[in-house]
Amino acid sequence: MDRLVFLLGTGLARGAVLALFALALVLIWRGARVVNFAQGAMAVVSTYVAFEVTSLTGSYWLGLLAALLAGGLLGFAVERGVMRFASPASPLSGVILAIGLVMVLQSALGILFGPDYRPMRVPFDDSAIVVGGVPLLSPYDLFVLVVAVVVMGALAVLFRWTSLGLQMRAAAFAPEVSRLLGVRVSRTVTVGWVLSSVVGSLAALLLVPTSLGLNPHATDSLFVLGFTVAVVGGLDSPVGALVGGVVVGVAMSLVTGYLGAGLVPIAVLVLLVLVLLLRPAGLFAAAEARRA
Amino acid sequence: MTGRQRLPGQRPLARTLVLAAGWTVVALGGTFALDPFRNYQLALVAAYLCATAGLTVLVGATGQLSLGHAALMAVGGYGFALTTNALPFGGLAAFVLALLAGALAAAVVGLLLGLAAARLSGPYLAGLTLAVVVALPAVASTWSTVLHGDQGVQIPFEGVPDALRRVVALEQWQAMVAVVVTAAVVTGLTLLRGGRFGLKMLAVRDDEVAARLSGIPAGRVKVLAFTASSVAAGVGGAVLCFVAQAVSPGAYTVGFSLLLVVAVVIGGLGSILGAALGSVVVVLLPWLIGRLTASLPADAAQRLDGNLAVLVFGLLLITVMAVAPHGLHGAIDAARRRRRPTPDVPPPAAEPAPRKVLVPTEEQR
Amino acid sequence: MSALLEVRGLTVGYGGAPVLRDVDLDVPAGSIVALVGANGAGKTTLLRTLSALVPVTRGSIRLAGQDLAGVSVEDRVRRGLAHVPEGRGVVAELTVDENLRLGGLWRGPDRRTAVAEVYELFEPLARRRDNPGHQLSGGERQMLSLGRALVARPTVLLLDEPSLGLAPRVVAQIMGVLRSLADRTGLTVLLAEQNVVGALSVADHGVVLGLGEVVASRPAHELAADDRLRHAYLGF
Repeated sequence: MDRLVFLLGTGLARGAVLALFALALVLIWRGARVVNFAQGAMAVVSTYVAFEVTSLTGSYWLGLLAALLAGGLLGFAVERGVMRFASPASPLSGVILAIGLVMVLQSALGILFGPDYRPMRVPFDDSAIVVGGVPLLSPYDLFVLVVAVVVMGALAVLFRWTSLGLQMRAAAFAPEVSRLLGVRVSRTVTVGWVLSSVVGSLAALLLVPTSLGLNPHATDSLFVLGFTVAVVGGLDSPVGALVGGVVVGVAMSLVTGYLGAGLVPIAVLVLLVLVLLLRPAGLFAAAEARRA
Repeated sequence: MTGRQRLPGQRPLARTLVLAAGWTVVALGGTFALDPFRNYQLALVAAYLCATAGLTVLVGATGQLSLGHAALMAVGGYGFALTTNALPFGGLAAFVLALLAGALAAAVVGLLLGLAAARLSGPYLAGLTLAVVVALPAVASTWSTVLHGDQGVQIPFEGVPDALRRVVALEQWQAMVAVVVTAAVVTGLTLLRGGRFGLKMLAVRDDEVAARLSGIPAGRVKVLAFTASSVAAGVGGAVLCFVAQAVSPGAYTVGFSLLLVVAVVIGGLGSILGAALGSVVVVLLPWLIGRLTASLPADAAQRLDGNLAVLVFGLLLITVMAVAPHGLHGAIDAARRRRRPTPDVPPPAAEPAPRKVLVPTEEQR
Repeated sequence: MSALLEVRGLTVGYGGAPVLRDVDLDVPAGSIVALVGANGAGKTTLLRTLSALVPVTRGSIRLAGQDLAGVSVEDRVRRGLAHVPEGRGVVAELTVDENLRLGGLWRGPDRRTAVAEVYELFEPLARRRDNPGHQLSGGERQMLSLGRALVARPTVLLLDEPSLGLAPRVVAQIMGVLRSLADRTGLTVLLAEQNVVGALSVADHGVVLGLGEVVASRPAHELAADDRLRHAYLGF
């Protein structure tokens, strides 16, 4: 029973990060109708920036800040430099460009840093807090959970209540009409990429030190998990990403705890197949999304 | 439509078979001119071509991409290896049976994945197949009693048949076998694409709703296309297992899977000739780069090893998509058209109505 | 004196034969000009060209004396050109209120009063403020897209087929609103319509487009009375 509570707690923290990563995917999907297969690779670049800055300055927080800045810059560069070439007529071209980007970024990291795992430290204790004899979350899990909730809240405020958010939503749903109303759509698309890249980088930064380990391919499995979350929740739905993140996070935590960490990739695969077979639009897809 | 009418890219059966036989004879003859290492590379190209031809037909005809063809190759490889080890006899019969078993295993996995994702439009198939490759090492170690984890499965050494032992070396023999199997796979794919099923695939790709309205079961067509493509990849994996006498998850990584995509894209999406050219590039370029970096100091060479080739391929992929989305094959086609101002198609009168509606010209594929 | 919106020698072609050929058009300030013609005559293309959604091959477009060449879609709105596209362009996923806010995004503080005015003008919208666009009826959608364009306080309003698919009563209501806005506030309207009778009944001036060329340009009541023209180009 204690073990279950602990696994649920860790699963929740893990799920919050997955939700962030999936949210970043959903942002791009809604804004540009591209699943950004390079999101993991982009996030791992930011994580290396954090690693380097932290090694140089000794400050975790400076590293975090630098990584988020790098994530934003990378998002900007990728959209303006690579994704602009995606043909709107062929959904494949965006996927293929993203794959090219994955290869470039991962191999460049491999050349610069080598294939070895780099240790990353976090400024919080990673062992569980015990409340009344029951081990709950670790302080780091708590930190992760708080950051994820704050960021999701900020995104919700941005999209629901600000003019920029309104423009981004409008541009995603109806680009031409939005232009006729004066929305600079190419700018909102760029903002979407920057935002998505920052959020994706943050997710990787939170997850890499304790559970993935820093290596050029560290985020391959994170990407698959994030994609699964987005599919479970419905690629179009930010709320779905949130709920899907928690569902997948808790499920994977239970699999790890009771069956072993080695089974996680298989469990993800099974979950993905089941969802696609039974509820292809996602478990929480908004009904209105399919109406014309 | 009548049997006579044909779309560009569709060839009469006899012509396809003659062409296939011709290429096969040329390739088999070529093995005599190559040294053992080149023959080994030729065998690799042939094995890759099974997978890339399957992939290119999938992309060209259904507009969907698989990022997991390496995993399907692995499935074929494991099927081949396990069957080889289970059979009490060796020789040609065992080889054929094992090959069929590999193909069947890939077909089953492909069918399941296809049912889950190929019916949907959008990026689902790409994501799901990626998840399969990522999960491959976990699958191998979870069922390690059968699949032997990271070690993989070895098969007993089978040399050149006695009758040929004086004439051909081991590598040449392996290359010859690979060429013959690949020729069969590629011919099968060409016939599939050129036949009625090919028309259905094109119809579904170009306008799924319209295809459904004309009575084509779009979902089933997509699933079958993916299954056929999986079988081709599985046979490729079996051939690779035959050449390497082993199959292990370490050989079928995400990186390798993406390499197959590179081969298909730089060759020109949808073109089998392009897939062949792409497979050659994907085999030769890393080897060439390895030769170039070998003279560097050990530390630099180690970091560049593998990575530099991937970097080049990544840049190539982006450049091709941005500049020449039709790949090598498209470029060759364009050059050919420039040289010959009159187009190489029969006058429109011979080919009425469906041309504009259904047919992707070579550029569109 | 020159018109508020002035089009001279406008030619537009998507590669092959031109869709619009040497079109001249004047929309004087405070007037309603009806642009009529059969399906495929080029009405929508003309409007889309005015908004820069379709590139100009030859000719000029001037708004209040200023040449619009090189001005982007987004900036034309800021210069006072509002375009309600064919099919209305309500963003179905956004609420009525959000759609209206979108109309005046770049306007600053007076946006609130502009939105309030639209709710006064079209009462049904005020009741459905928080409903998403896809729940609205056809008439409500037309009110919303028209209202959204008005929030921007445009100098020239381009309307593409506002009556399409609407009940005659609703059409009459919308035409009435246009007329009263033109009279009361000096709004200038270019109204592309297949509903010739409805359009000419509120317009000051009528322009008939046939296969991409202007075949007639006369006061609206004269056009409505010209049987020959009606038969030849308007199909009734």
